Amino acid sequence: MSEVNQMQASKQGDVASEEMLLNMGPQHPSTHGVFRVVIKTDGEIVTDAESHIGYLHRCFEKICENVNYTMATPYTDRLDYLMAMGNNLGYAMSVERLMDVEIPERASYIRVIVTELSRIASHLLAIGTYGMDIGAITPFLYCFRDREKVLTILETICGQRLNYNYVRIGGVAYDMDDAMLKMCGEFCKYFMPRVMEYNDLLTYNGIFIQRTANVGILTAEQAIDFGCTGPVLRGSGIKRDLRKDAPYSLYDRFDFEVPVGAGEAGTVGDCFDRYMVRMREMIESVKIVEQALSQIEAGPFKTDKIKAKPKPSKGDAYTAVENARGELGFYLISDGSDTAFRLKCRSPAFSNVSVLHEMCRGAMVADVVAIIGSLDIVMGEIDR
Amino acid sequence: MPNQFTFVRDILDLGGDSFWGFVAAIAVWAAPITGFVSLIGLVAVWLERKISAHIQCRLGPMEVGPHGLLQTLADGIKLLGKEDLVPDKADRVLFALAPMIVFAATYVSFAVLPFSQDGVIVDLNIGIFFIAAVGSLEAIGVVMAGWSSNNKWSLFGAIRAATQVVSYEVPLGLTLLAGVVCAGTMSLNEMTMAQEGWIWSWFIFRNPFMWAVFLIYFTASLAECQRAPFDLPEAESELVSGFHTEYSGMRFAVFFLAEYGKMYVVSALGVVMFFGGWYSGIPMLDNIGGLPGNLIGAGIMVTKSMILVCVQMWIRWTLPRIRLDQVMDICLKYLLPLALGLLMLVALWQGILPGEKRFGIVMIVAMIFAFLKMRTMVRNVMSKSSQQIELPVFKV
Repeated sequence: MSEVNQMQASKQGDVASEEMLLNMGPQHPSTHGVFRVVIKTDGEIVTDAESHIGYLHRCFEKICENVNYTMATPYTDRLDYLMAMGNNLGYAMSVERLMDVEIPERASYIRVIVTELSRIASHLLAIGTYGMDIGAITPFLYCFRDREKVLTILETICGQRLNYNYVRIGGVAYDMDDAMLKMCGEFCKYFMPRVMEYNDLLTYNGIFIQRTANVGILTAEQAIDFGCTGPVLRGSGIKRDLRKDAPYSLYDRFDFEVPVGAGEAGTVGDCFDRYMVRMREMIESVKIVEQALSQIEAGPFKTDKIKAKPKPSKGDAYTAVENARGELGFYLISDGSDTAFRLKCRSPAFSNVSVLHEMCRGAMVADVVAIIGSLDIVMGEIDR
Repeated sequence: MPNQFTFVRDILDLGGDSFWGFVAAIAVWAAPITGFVSLIGLVAVWLERKISAHIQCRLGPMEVGPHGLLQTLADGIKLLGKEDLVPDKADRVLFALAPMIVFAATYVSFAVLPFSQDGVIVDLNIGIFFIAAVGSLEAIGVVMAGWSSNNKWSLFGAIRAATQVVSYEVPLGLTLLAGVVCAGTMSLNEMTMAQEGWIWSWFIFRNPFMWAVFLIYFTASLAECQRAPFDLPEAESELVSGFHTEYSGMRFAVFFLAEYGKMYVVSALGVVMFFGGWYSGIPMLDNIGGLPGNLIGAGIMVTKSMILVCVQMWIRWTLPRIRLDQVMDICLKYLLPLALGLLMLVALWQGILPGEKRFGIVMIVAMIFAFLKMRTMVRNVMSKSSQQIELPVFKV
């Protein structure tokens, strides 16, 4: 504390307290990976917070400029490892736009199904770990029980549980047979009542509402200024979802809602709103999967116009997809060879985490954990 | 009733006032308490794991012994074999002393806890006062642990613990006073004996306000034990591990043992104050007397206490953690005034109808009715919520 502050404090008859620098992370149970926040605290109250990233940097963009287009797909898995399908999809769509090819309808349907299932798995993890950050350990295991079911389905489809490498340039890696489609349908039926179970366990819990309502308020202006997307932006009451606003793949064929935060428990844009948006999005995802399952028809699952080593002509392309954490964009520049000249990844979690210090000011130490949890960051994507 | 335990009292008197006699008496009594505390620790940790597992659709420990019964023992042996680590910049003396103080605070309370009619080590005439006084020593140990670790997270945990324990001592003390008002004595033995007879002579039924006092006592005792939802001092998602972040091996085990010991102490105190101590509530069973009677009494007492310990665990695995300011709010805004008001009401009832036991019957009927009503209400809500898929928009 500066001398001026100390003088002021002594004038008011307060005990002059010293600021304490608290180093939260890079190894800390609730920073969700190797994330470091340096918190300035006055007792339990946070006066300032500064986030440090880069502990998981792996030169993703540079690697992709050194391997050919097909070989870069597995690297995208490792960005947002909780929703690898979405990363695959974004990258594949970007290359496809660069090459200007259409992909078969069945492939698109399969992409939608696996991406939405993936979104459910990702949101389940976000909600479960969020409960754990607040101190409720039990909902976490219930969420993981159901996430396990999604992962089993995805494993059946593509043989992997996290880093799928399933959505490939020009289609998908393998076809889904009827048994797999049936599994997805059964999961949808199983999952809908489970959402109510999470609500009974966590959402309607008085302590949970007390801990999240009116905590970490992110106004709509702030959210836009910092480039937040996904549930963080929608939690602040702004209805923006790329699946609706700029429909890619086949999303214009499905009927679903875009949930936004309405300040149900407190103020618009608080932690509870962001949590609730995720909860509702899972239901919308189930709706999309059910519609896709009823619409999907037989056909080829990949286009034969793309060879193993695609060589797009000179040019550039940008595509963005709505990932579980927000708008994931891939910008590709091609110089005509089989390797990208430049790949730029716009990662949603990076923009979302940049707003952290704004939300932490004036909060309590326990709130910082709640705020970080409500942003739902994945360090693999922030550091790339 | 013949005192079956006179031989031990003889040993106590054997030395008379001599120093060695005193030491011998301590040794004789310390051994069974140590054994009992360790046993409680073992069983409680196993119970906690099993209860948490079944709440969370898991199995819990299954490998070591039948249903993992010996898992805790295996873990204890592992902790014993661990290196004794002291952080470089730590205050070594305080660091070593802290777990001992925390454990001693719990351990000493067992000296006055009654297990059966004659199964009490010291029938202190200020038993309740003694437990309250000794129990708050724990805060000192926790603060010492947090300070000496030279770790900011530990310090945070320690300060939180001190704030919380000191504040909750006030409502806890008031609820203890309500028990004292009912019994007219501070001795735990006499307090239990005042509840002899049928089940409705227990204080929680006999006095129409004691159930509310019990709820306050239970809440405050959760905070005293630093159990969830009041586990802020060791909030693992916020403060890594709180005040015992830097502790490992046996020192950590001692903290752990102290926590479970303390849980047992507050539960046993609750049983003595509200649930008739070692009495089963059926006079025929309680009047057996002698060694068998004492053994049955001890069994009933320990069972009742362990049920309360299990409720503490149940709450821990159900509720999220409260924030520090909310913890203080609950204490100062709600529990304290409520406890004060209830103390007056309890005293008033006791003044008007002293020794009136039959009112307990009315209370038991009312409680059963309330329980059934609540159960149907919860069932209705649950069956409605499982049918509806859409999330209802709700207002708080």
